[in-house]
Order: sequence, then structure tokens, then C-alpha cells
Amino acid sequence: MDFARSLWLVAPETLLSVAGLILLLVAAWAGDKASRAISIAAVAVLTACAFLVAPALWAGAMGPDTEAFGGQYRADAFAAFGKLLIYAGAGVTLIVAPAFFDRFKAMRAELPLLVMFASLGMGMMVSAGDLLTLYIGLELNSLSAYVMASFLRTDERSAEAGLKYFVLGSLASGILLFGVSLIYGFTGGTSFAGIHDALSGQMATGALFGVIFVLAGLAFKISAAPFHMWTPDVYEGAPTPVTTFFATAPKVAALGLLMRVSLEAFGQQTFAWQQVVIFASLLSIVIGALGAIGQNNIKRLMAYSSINNVGFILIGLAVATQQGASAMLVYLAIYVAMSVAGFVVILLLRDENGDQVEAISDLAGLSKTRPWLALSLASVMFSLAGIPPLFGFWGKFVVFKAAVQADFIALAAIGIAASVIGAFYYLKVVKVMYFDEAIDKVRGKGELSHTMLLVLAVLANSPLAYLGTKCLGALADNAAAALFYAY
Amino acid sequence: MMGFPILSLMLLVPLVAAVACLVVPREQARSVALIATFIDFVLGMILWANYDIGGAQWQFTESAALFAGFSWKLGIDGIALMLIALTVFLMPVCIGASWTSIDKRQGEYYAAFLVMETLMIGVFAAQDLFLFYIMFEAGLIPMYLIIGVWGGADRIYASYKFFLYTLLGSVLMLIAMFWMANAAGTTDIPTLMAYNFPVHAQTWLWLAFFASFAVKMPMWPVHTWLPDAHVQAPTGGSVILAGVLLKMGGYGFIRFSLPMFPEASAQFAPLIFGLSMAAVVITSLIALVQTDMKKLIAYSSVAHMAIVTVGLFAFNVQGLEGSMIVMLSHGLVAGALFLCVGVIYDRLHTREIDRYGGLSINMPRYSVFFLLFTMASIGLPGTSGFVGEFLSLIGIYQISSWVALVCTTGIILGAAYMLYLYRRVAYGVQKNADAAAMPDLDKREWAMMVPLAVVVLWMGVYPESFLAPMRKDIAALDARLAQAKPKGDADVKMGAAKPAAHENMAHGGAH
Repeated sequence: MDFARSLWLVAPETLLSVAGLILLLVAAWAGDKASRAISIAAVAVLTACAFLVAPALWAGAMGPDTEAFGGQYRADAFAAFGKLLIYAGAGVTLIVAPAFFDRFKAMRAELPLLVMFASLGMGMMVSAGDLLTLYIGLELNSLSAYVMASFLRTDERSAEAGLKYFVLGSLASGILLFGVSLIYGFTGGTSFAGIHDALSGQMATGALFGVIFVLAGLAFKISAAPFHMWTPDVYEGAPTPVTTFFATAPKVAALGLLMRVSLEAFGQQTFAWQQVVIFASLLSIVIGALGAIGQNNIKRLMAYSSINNVGFILIGLAVATQQGASAMLVYLAIYVAMSVAGFVVILLLRDENGDQVEAISDLAGLSKTRPWLALSLASVMFSLAGIPPLFGFWGKFVVFKAAVQADFIALAAIGIAASVIGAFYYLKVVKVMYFDEAIDKVRGKGELSHTMLLVLAVLANSPLAYLGTKCLGALADNAAAALFYAY
Repeated sequence: MMGFPILSLMLLVPLVAAVACLVVPREQARSVALIATFIDFVLGMILWANYDIGGAQWQFTESAALFAGFSWKLGIDGIALMLIALTVFLMPVCIGASWTSIDKRQGEYYAAFLVMETLMIGVFAAQDLFLFYIMFEAGLIPMYLIIGVWGGADRIYASYKFFLYTLLGSVLMLIAMFWMANAAGTTDIPTLMAYNFPVHAQTWLWLAFFASFAVKMPMWPVHTWLPDAHVQAPTGGSVILAGVLLKMGGYGFIRFSLPMFPEASAQFAPLIFGLSMAAVVITSLIALVQTDMKKLIAYSSVAHMAIVTVGLFAFNVQGLEGSMIVMLSHGLVAGALFLCVGVIYDRLHTREIDRYGGLSINMPRYSVFFLLFTMASIGLPGTSGFVGEFLSLIGIYQISSWVALVCTTGIILGAAYMLYLYRRVAYGVQKNADAAAMPDLDKREWAMMVPLAVVVLWMGVYPESFLAPMRKDIAALDARLAQAKPKGDADVKMGAAKPAAHENMAHGGAH
């Protein structure tokens, strides 16, 4: 594999880094008044990157042709699928952020840059073919994310969120690194292909510990129970556009990474980690569902909802089949659409002074005062609960279908029965909006950009989206096939 | 006519009207809804008129591979045809029942009803397993909103109960469907109906489907959501709930549980019988002591549905035909009874039986209709109730005399609580001045009552019109069930045909 070819394969990352550095200089010279222009430029760069990675997904790229730098980096269909979702999440964040931060006079030029560098890190995460690439990508993303969580410096909650995220995130990174070092020690390599070959047959206890530590570290990043504690606080404290970002892009990246590590590197030791994933999955579903019941802050509710949804996604991983991986990707794509719709609605909930309304009780009777907004939020809630005909159902459909096909019937039955608990709190939001007397607290106006994003995201959640299931399924199958390519 | 996608059109009309209801001014929403339901009614009648009785089993089929994992596949047999006809017939009545009584958020109300209509027709017309599931489950959302927004005092509790109960029942069915689709390699319902699943797997599959259909039906002891939902729902909501939604459970049994898992159905028939017998007796007794009219009728619905389930699991033609007629008849009669309650509720705003009395004096015409539907509910010969219950009980008698005996008490108890209700409401002295001052039926109410009354009598006097389209499908189902048919306890032996037997039998009978 020649060097030029490797460089061509990493073109999206190169473009993001170079553009990021140039925009950093622009930010340094032009100051915060250029932040809007930089945001627009960043969105343009992300769009360009998306066009760069898309062909790999459509063509179903896989195998040695997609390896760069001796297998440390992979530009296959799986990476492309992940990156498209990541760029979408990052782009949405940049579109909604200026309006939010302008109110606090806190829109700074660094935000779009941080989003770009985080996207770069996440792109590396889903493309990783080596534990070192993995770690560099992960840290690049995490460090940007810590800063973003505390971006609203005037708000104590934001600072608290950043600190908590940093402390717990570093702990998780430490656990992950420890696992990586154990794996390196017991397998003698850091490349996924090498680990895959070395871990055949009976596994050493030390290697098993390594696997568990790596999974624990990654479980933290995807906020799966029992490593979920940071999620509600960070989601609530972080500025809402940043929460939108956390709920979409890093989730995709960390789950993509988890899939790469579990199915590629540890692919021969499925039995070693399957129970762990099953445990984490069911626990996440139950904790996500029960924890949400008492919440009155809609961002905290979304945080528990994300824990709950990660549990369903992990069911796809637990079955450890290609269908399972494909189902996870479909679910992730739908989850990104649902989260975007949910958070854009949350951003549009403003009182007459333009302040954000976050208490669920303040949404009472929203259906009378703002019927279309209420209808959008209700559709997101039913979609998150997985009630057909909304598109959220399709995510659960493919995941549970994969589980049943792999003969994990008990897991599927328990998981889906637990989803009914989750339905309770989604219903609560609908109940407050539709059944309670109107208090007319939400009166603020929204920007055109928000409305357009909302319409797009709600349409992506609507029954109309079923018409796209064939296309989405084919792309996810391409991506999953790349993941299962036998090296 | 066969090439025309009439079923898709019937699904599309209410859906488009639902969107229209949300955007037109609120005063016009009800007109839009009424027109749309009338168009669907006309389409439904065209469907019936063009249905080829005795022709192909599945007619008006449409298929389009639009989705991954399942397809847009519609088609109906006689059973589905009758239930679709019931749906499109009741929908304009529901809109009429809501005409003046719904005074808040009309647009959303009618939109929810129209979406419901689409989904109900979709349930009966779906020929793909997962398309069926989507239609079946999606009905939860509009019904949740109808109960919760426009219901009475305890509406929120009732709406939650309705939603979570039915959701829990249904999700397990989804897992079973995945297993079936995986094992049989198809999601096509007609193919699955002829597929022989392994007997040990049937047990689990049957239980998963049972969990869903028993809640929807509803069977004792998972019926408790029904009285709450009914009492709190507005009149139109109650009519559609009793009239069509409850039929989804019965339809599920007849379309899925029986033909797909015949051995398991035979195995679990005693369970069904036990629950149904308990339901008939217990809920009838509960109905007897109700002071709320809607609750009384709701409990009577549970009892009637129990007659449906015993008939279905009787494994013979009479039982199956009877169950279908009970379902159709109950749809009309319970709907009409809720309408009767709605008529006086609109005037006095209470459902307490004690607040009324002597209505036959000031509302004679209303009382006549109320009496007719009461009698139909009891099962008086000449009304639709009689035909269905009689056939069902004959069916079950062939399997178990005891079950037949216990279930027949339901008719006696039914007569007791219905006549007691009627006496307290329509007869006696006019103890409340405001109830005594209520005016008789107006034109709108006449327009709703008359068609219902006509069809109830029609079904009672000439049930052949309704049985004919279903006959071939029920015979096919009976043939499918023959392999698993349990042995009856009646032990009826057909004597060898003796040419001279007539005289002897007549002679013996005289002794």
C-alpha cells in the first residue's frame, strides 16, 4: 500500500484538520464577531467531508483496499456510515448553536472549531484499525467535548457539567488505557487484526481482564448502565446545542468504536464479552426507563431516554451477528434523527423573554397554545417509545428481529417487555402537553433555520420514512458487511 | 373493479381528511370528517357489492414491495369484509354522536377519529404480518389521545391504563411474529395460515399472541382497562371502542391463533373456556350492581366477548359463525347502547342511573329505540343478538355441555342487568324534574338511531346476508382445524340411516 493511496483514504480527516487549523487562525485574527461566518464555513467543510466519505458507503467498500498506514486506519463502508451520522450531528449542532449562545453573548469562535476537531476525533474512532488510533481519536473527541460542556461560562450548571464530564471521562479513559495495555501485553500487538488472530482458542485470564476493561471504558463513553451516572448531569448542565451534539455524534462514534473493537478485535472471543453486553443492555433499558420516571427536566429525561435507547442498541451487539450489526446501524441512524428532532423542539421551547423552558410541567397544555410544536414533540416521544407507525419503531423492529434470528429469544422478550416501562414516561410528556390545562408559558419565537431542521427531522420520524427502509437497510448491510470482512 | 386499489383508497381517504381536519377552521372539521366517513362508507358498500361470494378466498388483493422486511400487502376475505363493513358503517355514526357534544379542539378530535378509521381498516385488510402489527399497535396513539383529551374526570388514569395494558400485551406478540417470519421464511399471512409450525413452538407462539389478543378482546381477568376507558371516553370514542376496537382481539384469534397454531389452540381451549366462563358469570354479576350506565354496558361487553371466545374455540362451524355474528351484532348493539347513553348524557351530563327515571313518559321515541337495543343485547329472537349467541352456544355444546351451561347463564344474567337498567331509566316515576324535562330525539339523533335499528333487525331476521360472505372462509378454517379438533363430551352419535326410523322416533318421542 503506497503512501499516496493512504493519504487519499484519509482525505476527510485531512480536510477537517487543515480546514480546522485555517479557521483557527481566522478566529484568532478576526475574533468572536467572525464566529457566525466560521460556523457557516465549518458546516460547509463538514458537508464536503460527507461527500468525500459517501461513495465508500454506497459502493460497500471493504477489505485491504480500504486500509491506510498499514492497517491503522480503515476507510470502509462501516466508517463511512458512522461518519455520515457524525457529520450530520455536528452540522445540526453548528446550525442551532449561534442563536442559543447569542442570547448570552457567549457565542465564541472556538465553538465551531471544537465541533470540527471533535468530529475529526470521532471520524478516527469509527475508522480505527488499531488500539492507538482508537485512543487518539477518542481523546481528541473527549477533550473537545469537555470544553464544549462548560462552554457557557456564565452558567454554573454548565461549568459543573464540564467538570463532571472531565473527571469521569478521564477515569473512563484510564480504565480503557489499562485494558489496552493488558491486551497489548497478552497479544503482543495493538492492531485489531493482530489481536483478532492472537485471541483465538483459549483466552488468558489477563487478556479477559483487558477485554472487560476496554468494554467498561467504552460503556462509559456510550453511557450504558452501569457507567451511565454522568449522563443526566451533563445533559442537563451543558448548553442545549451542546447536549444535542452529545446525544448524536459522540454516541454514534463510541458505539461504532465499540462495534469495531468487539466484533473485529475480539471477534473470536464472542462468548467472553457477550454476557457483559447482555447485562449492560438489559440494565441500561431498565435504568433508563425507571430513572426517567421522576424527572421534571426535559433534558434529563432525554438523558435517561438515551441510556434506555443505548440498551436497545446493545441488544444488536449482544447477538454478535452481521444482522445484529446492521440493525444497530439502522437504529443509530434513526436515533440520531429522533434526537435531533427532540432537541430542536427543546431549543424552540422559550418563554416570552426568550429564556429556555426546560421543566416538563411548564409544557402544560402546549397542544392548545402551540399545536404544531406539541405535535412534533409528541411524535418524537412516541417515536422514542417505539410505538408504530412512527419511525422509532423501525429501530426496535430491526434490532429485535436480529435478536430473534440469532435465537436470543429470551433476551428479546425481556428487552421488549422492559420497553413498556419506558413508554410510561414518554407518555407523561404527551399527557402534560395534551391533557393538562394550558398555562401558556411557551411563547417565544423560533428561527427559520430551527423550523426547517425540525420539519426535516420530524418527517424523518414520520411513517413516511418507512419508504426509505430499503435504502437505509441496504446501506447498513453494506456497512455491517465491511465490519465482518474476514481479514 | 379488481385492478382498482380500492382498499388503499379506503385507507387514504380518512388519512387525507385527518390532515385536512387539522388545517381547516375548527367549525368545518366535523363536516370534513362526516364527508370523509361517508365516502369511506360508500366505498365499503361498493367493496361488499363487488365481493364475489364463493369466489377466490382473498379478493381485492394489492401488493407493493415498498419496505424492507415487510410489504404493503392488502386483501380481504369474507370475515375481514364484514368487519370492514362494520367499521365504515359505525364511523359516520360516531362523527354524528360527536357533532355537538365535542366543543373543544374539534380539529384534533376528528383527525384522531379519522386516523383510527384508517388503522382499523388497515388491521382487517393487512395481509402482511408486520403491516398488521403496525396497524394494530398504531391505534393506541389516537385512542390514547381521544380518551385523555376529551374524556371525563378520571380520563388520565384511564388513558394510561389503556395504553400500557395493551402495549404490554402486544410487544410479546411482536417477538413471536419475528420467530414465525424467521421459521416460515415469509411474512405473508395467507401462507402462514397454512404453515404447520412445530407443535412445541406453537405453545409459546400461541401464548404470545394470546397475551395481546386477550387484552384487546378483553378477556377476564385482563379486562379492567375497558370499563375505565369506556366510562371516560366521549360517546363517539365509546362507540368505536366497543364497536370495532374490541373486535380486533376476536379477529386476531380467528386470523392468527386458530389457523396458525391449531394444535396449541386445542391444547389451550380449556384455558379459554375457563376464563370465558368466569367472565360471563363474574362480569354479568358486576354489571348487575353498577350505578353508572356506561360502566354497566362496558361490563356487559366483556361478557359478550366471552361468548365470542368460547364460540371461536369450539372448533366447529356453528361456533365460528356464531362468534362472528356475535362480534358484528355486539358492534352494532353496544355501539347503539353507548349512543343511547350519550343522547341522555348530552342533556343531563350525568351517567348515574339514579338521576333518570320515567323517560318513557317524556322521551317515548327514545325509549323505543333504547328498548330495541336492550332486547338485542339480551338476545331476543328477531334481533341480531339472538342469532349469534344461539349459534355460538350450539357450537360449544358440541364440545362441552358444562361450558355451554355456564355460558348460557350469561343470557339470563344479561336479561337481568339489561332489563333492570331499562326499568330504572325508562320506567317508574319521574323523580327528577330536570330529567323529566328532557326533550325527545332530534333529527340528528334519529338519523343515527334508525340505521342502527334497521341493521340490528335485519341481522336478526335474515342473518344469511351477513353469513354468506363468510361461509366459505369459515368452512376453510374449520377444515384447517379438523386436524387438532378436540373430542367433544356430548358424544353425539349419528345413528345409521334407517329408512323407517322416522316413524319409530316419532313414536318414541310421544312416550
